[in-house]
Amino acid sequence: MKSQFTKRNLIWTIVVCVIFSIFQIAISGRMIPNTYQVAIITIGINIILALGLNLIIGFTGQFSLGHAGFMSIGAYSAAIVLAKMPNLTGLFVGMLVGMAITAVVALIVAIPTLRLRGDYLAIATLGFSEVIRIAIQNMEITGGAAGLSNIPKLTTFPLVFVFIVISVIVIHNFIRSSHGRACISVREDEIASESMGINTTKYKTLAFVIGAMLASIAGALYAAYFYVLKPTTFGFMKSIDILVIVVFGGMGSLSGSILAAIVLGIINLTLQSYSEIRMILYALAIIVIMVYRPQGLFGSKEVTDFLPKKWQKKKEVD
Amino acid sequence: MPLLSVKKLTKNFDGLCANSNINMEINEGELVGLIGPNGAGKTTLFNMLTGVYVPSEGSIEFTKDDKPIKLNGIKPYKITALGLARTFQNIRLFKDMTVLENVLIAMNKDVDYGVITALLRLPKYYKSEIAMKKKAMELLTIFHLEDKCEELACNLPYGEQRRLEIARAMAAKPKLLFLDEPAAGMNPQETAELTELIRFIRDEFHISILLIEHDMSLVMNLCERIYVLDYGKIIASGVPEEIKSNKRVIEAYLGEEV
Repeated sequence: MKSQFTKRNLIWTIVVCVIFSIFQIAISGRMIPNTYQVAIITIGINIILALGLNLIIGFTGQFSLGHAGFMSIGAYSAAIVLAKMPNLTGLFVGMLVGMAITAVVALIVAIPTLRLRGDYLAIATLGFSEVIRIAIQNMEITGGAAGLSNIPKLTTFPLVFVFIVISVIVIHNFIRSSHGRACISVREDEIASESMGINTTKYKTLAFVIGAMLASIAGALYAAYFYVLKPTTFGFMKSIDILVIVVFGGMGSLSGSILAAIVLGIINLTLQSYSEIRMILYALAIIVIMVYRPQGLFGSKEVTDFLPKKWQKKKEVD
Repeated sequence: MPLLSVKKLTKNFDGLCANSNINMEINEGELVGLIGPNGAGKTTLFNMLTGVYVPSEGSIEFTKDDKPIKLNGIKPYKITALGLARTFQNIRLFKDMTVLENVLIAMNKDVDYGVITALLRLPKYYKSEIAMKKKAMELLTIFHLEDKCEELACNLPYGEQRRLEIARAMAAKPKLLFLDEPAAGMNPQETAELTELIRFIRDEFHISILLIEHDMSLVMNLCERIYVLDYGKIIASGVPEEIKSNKRVIEAYLGEEV
């Protein structure tokens, strides 16, 4: 009987543990300066955001520009709960509350907008995320335009790492199930997919909600690391930032999104010393990379596709 | 009771009448052809039968378990679930998915595990996936595509893409299969093989088939009954011999023998 406990999954567990230990030892041994630690956490949060958006754009083919809106729901929910319970339990409760609210909002957004295609969907989701931002800006509980401050700093590297691993597992398991395949078929050809008995609206909504919930988790981690939340943080540009990571890494590639978040994070970090022209150089770097790799770093391939043949998973029936 | 009965079906696109007053019946186990010149409205009729277009007037009834079910205005995925599947004139495979995955997609409607089971990879997930893949491989073997199950659909040669499309439609377990120009772009050798394949499918799976085709050798050879469409109207119907000698059909479509 096949199950989770295969040799392959054991190897993955070891690889993940090794990567984690390297970073953890480096951080707790103070080998990484503080500024870099901020960068590492930011990269981690961006990875979770990009994975969620990749499920929506890369795998299901629905062009959404509203990811920052869902992130802000998660961030504010966590911050508000943390104000009452300033400990880890508070963070997890806040995260769950945020995910629940996000799921409901994503459903409400998805049902009318996912009938639209391409550019129209992008504009509609963009509009919705602006609605969320403006609502947050005008509510008392979210602190209005001034935002919330004095949020306890609870997000640590291990916590972010655990959530990255969870996100990867969730999306990986999803896209390799029948439900995930249905989502990919919507991207490939919506008419054929519908003709093959796929309820395309259902699967588009499903992918959208899962992606949005991951953004919500990322938002909660963000809130519990940076002390303050302002509505302006979650504007249009934040959505674009996440989109850039997804496109740059490759649509429909999980390892691509992870690598892209890391590469772009490092580019950002190294450019910090040229503060005046930083954004120009960042944009130029993206243009140069996209000219030479229009399909993104990985295309739709995964890192395992580059391993020697004999290590690759046999996809046949066994 | 016929498997499918179409009554007074009409489709208008604003002022243009693509199909008008179409009456048609398909019985169980029948192989029916639909022919006519380009632009006669054959594909429009297919699109109405499979739910892609909503008819302007008339009714489509499909018999399931001895009960007639009205198909007008039902979404395509629900029509497929009732037991009607189709292929497309311009091949619409899921190009960046493997041959096996293409077939698995059509089996999704019968999937018996939920999203949570998939995310947690509970034992049921493995059990169902293995069963699904086994069934899909059996189907691919019938269509001689089992060696290519790992290839991307877009890398298959043209003839095999056509075959895969039929295999994928069969994976949806239809009672009635619509084939939209299955022999388009095939050479005589491939067409002959396809003719055999279609007949084989009908006998093996006990289904009815309605096919649109321009290749008269295939249509006359294969179909038990033929409907002829011209300018959106049925101008003739009957067995191949009748159609061949029908004056209106010769005028509109077949042409005089020289």
